[in-house]
Amino acid sequence: MTAPSEQGRAGSRPSSTALIGTERVSLSHPEWAGAEIPPGTRRLPLISADAVRRPGVGHTRERLEALGRERASGVWTPEAAARRERGAEIRRETLKDMSGHLDRLCASLEANGAIVHRVSTPEQAREAVGQVARDHGVSLVAKSKSMATEEIHLTPYLNGLGIDVVETDLGEYIVQAAGQRPSHIVGPALHLSKDDVTHLFADLNGAPVSDRPDDLAAFARARLRADFKAAQMGICGVNFAAADTGTLVVVTNEGNADMVTSQPDVLVAVMPIEKVVPRLSDVGVLVPLLSDTANKQFVTTYQTWLSGPRDPDAGGDGPRELHVVIFDNGRSDVLGTPLEEVLCCIRCGNCQFACPVFRTMGGGHGYASIYGGPIGAVLSPVIGGHSADADLPFMSSLCGACADACPVKIPIPDLLVDLRNRYVEEHPRPVEDAGWRAWSLAWSTRVGYAASMIGARAASVVPGGILRRLPLVSTWASVRSLPSFTGAGAVRRAARKKDGHDR
Amino acid sequence: MADLASPGPALAALDVLRAMGFDPVVPADAGCCGQPAFNTGQPRAAAPVLRHTVGAFEGCDAIVTVAGSCAAMVAHNGPALVPAASGFVRRMWEFTQFVAAFGAGLPLHLDATVTYHDGCHMTRVLGERTTPRELLSRIDGLRVVEMVDPDGCCGFGGTFAVKFPELSAAMADVKLDHAAATEVDWIVSADPGCLVHLSGRAGATGRALPTRHIAEIVRDALVPAGVTA
Repeated sequence: MTAPSEQGRAGSRPSSTALIGTERVSLSHPEWAGAEIPPGTRRLPLISADAVRRPGVGHTRERLEALGRERASGVWTPEAAARRERGAEIRRETLKDMSGHLDRLCASLEANGAIVHRVSTPEQAREAVGQVARDHGVSLVAKSKSMATEEIHLTPYLNGLGIDVVETDLGEYIVQAAGQRPSHIVGPALHLSKDDVTHLFADLNGAPVSDRPDDLAAFARARLRADFKAAQMGICGVNFAAADTGTLVVVTNEGNADMVTSQPDVLVAVMPIEKVVPRLSDVGVLVPLLSDTANKQFVTTYQTWLSGPRDPDAGGDGPRELHVVIFDNGRSDVLGTPLEEVLCCIRCGNCQFACPVFRTMGGGHGYASIYGGPIGAVLSPVIGGHSADADLPFMSSLCGACADACPVKIPIPDLLVDLRNRYVEEHPRPVEDAGWRAWSLAWSTRVGYAASMIGARAASVVPGGILRRLPLVSTWASVRSLPSFTGAGAVRRAARKKDGHDR
Repeated sequence: MADLASPGPALAALDVLRAMGFDPVVPADAGCCGQPAFNTGQPRAAAPVLRHTVGAFEGCDAIVTVAGSCAAMVAHNGPALVPAASGFVRRMWEFTQFVAAFGAGLPLHLDATVTYHDGCHMTRVLGERTTPRELLSRIDGLRVVEMVDPDGCCGFGGTFAVKFPELSAAMADVKLDHAAATEVDWIVSADPGCLVHLSGRAGATGRALPTRHIAEIVRDALVPAGVTA
């Protein structure tokens, strides 16, 4: 293995070492798995059909199924169940006074010396981060994992300002180098195999690399270490922000958030509003809950607690300047409605691990959205500017495994049904809606119901070739044989016969 | 669903209920619980259908359903959709629960090997995870071989099956693979929806994997010992 090039650190405007060689990357991916989804390409039925045929999907599915069995997703020991109850209470307490908790958080952060940017839209959030970068002449950013920054499309924006942004979580680094977006909230590269990563790193290296997992990790570590040293600015996400003390808590298993938040002179923490918790002591419940459901750990290997910038008089460590960007992006609009429950989410990814739709598509790319899986199918249509995701709630069989797996008891299937109703109300489809009205009219009367049973029996003697041309029937029959309708209505007739009279 | 495409389970249930000494009736207005419309975002189409069905069962002491998913729909969403449904829910029994409660003395014998698929809504919404297996264990001569992930979704999901046919079928293939590995005579479930979907997919892919509703298994087990298949 060759040592990482030092060219990234040469000159006055450092650029990334870790991203050297990305132009050589040959690992291909479908358009809908890319870092940015091109507008107008998002048609869920076609994408989901592609996803179940994607090479390697069976292998990913089997790994996820095995993981599901090992983790016993949805089964709660008495101790874990008690923690789950407490976590669910804390999250709902937070929702009840979201703006009050945010006000207290902002005051605490400012008292600690942080500079707070409380904004509404993704554009404003991006611009706030970009302005900090420009003010400090930043050319290289070391970033720790954050779905919030994915949501506001921060990296492409900063790239447009001529700034290199390096993902320092191993899985995120892998998908970034591959030009893809994360396929899971906590396991962003879970759709890729060891062979995929070996080929990817060999391309980056311009020479073969060992396929031993330790060697692959060491390759990434050496390259990322150079960027940690050279970056003028760090960007991190936030797992929990304690309103009472202004403490920001970031959990990782690689320690990369420790590096991002301690090495560069300037740090920007980016969070959506629901990361706030009332008290620092709540972290004692929520971190073990998150660690358990995300990764079957009692606590993560690293916990990074940020309590403000470095105190120049006291020496110490940390960034000289700490900025906190808090964005809303449509979330406040659902407060006070049943959909506010989605803001309880602590981003553990357990619903994604548990979901048979997610597993069968080999990860979250098939959802064609930043947030995939069950929680993504609720969150994506709720947050602002994502009306393109309005039909996402239909991509669920409503099996309920997600609700059982959720550490804060979000009733995901109920919210999916609510959002389907909202979609129907907001997107009139004359033929389908008229069909449901006709069905409703027929099946709420005795005559209409009987007529539909006679119709079904009549259809069963119609040659299959004609029957299969009916829209719904043809879709059903494209992958399955048709059931027989010769017995339609038989239950009522049988009961009448045995009774000896027409009831 | 049961009356339209899969009348076998309900007809079998009537036989079982008679063997238990009850006099079951199927009201002329008995119909659908409205779930297909409700779950696809059309509650206004679902409500009249559910109201009609709820009205049909007024005066019945107990209401037995052979569809675990329909039972879950009415219990979980019914009262909010149609207030009169709360009385229906109090008298409603899922088939295996009714047989477990009132059919304790029923002699059952069937020489067969089956695997049991837990329907999602009956398992997770109704919270019924144990009664179907207890009922099967009461059948003398019947052997149950558990498949991998017996409570994994079969991919039916109502309109999901026609909105995302390839995905739905891929999920059915996973279920059918797990079931096939048990080398049993029947895949058994308490939900006609899952069974119509699974047998449709098995048929389209040329698998010899017959499905059977648990009411049909119990009805077959009513046949005196020695005459069973």
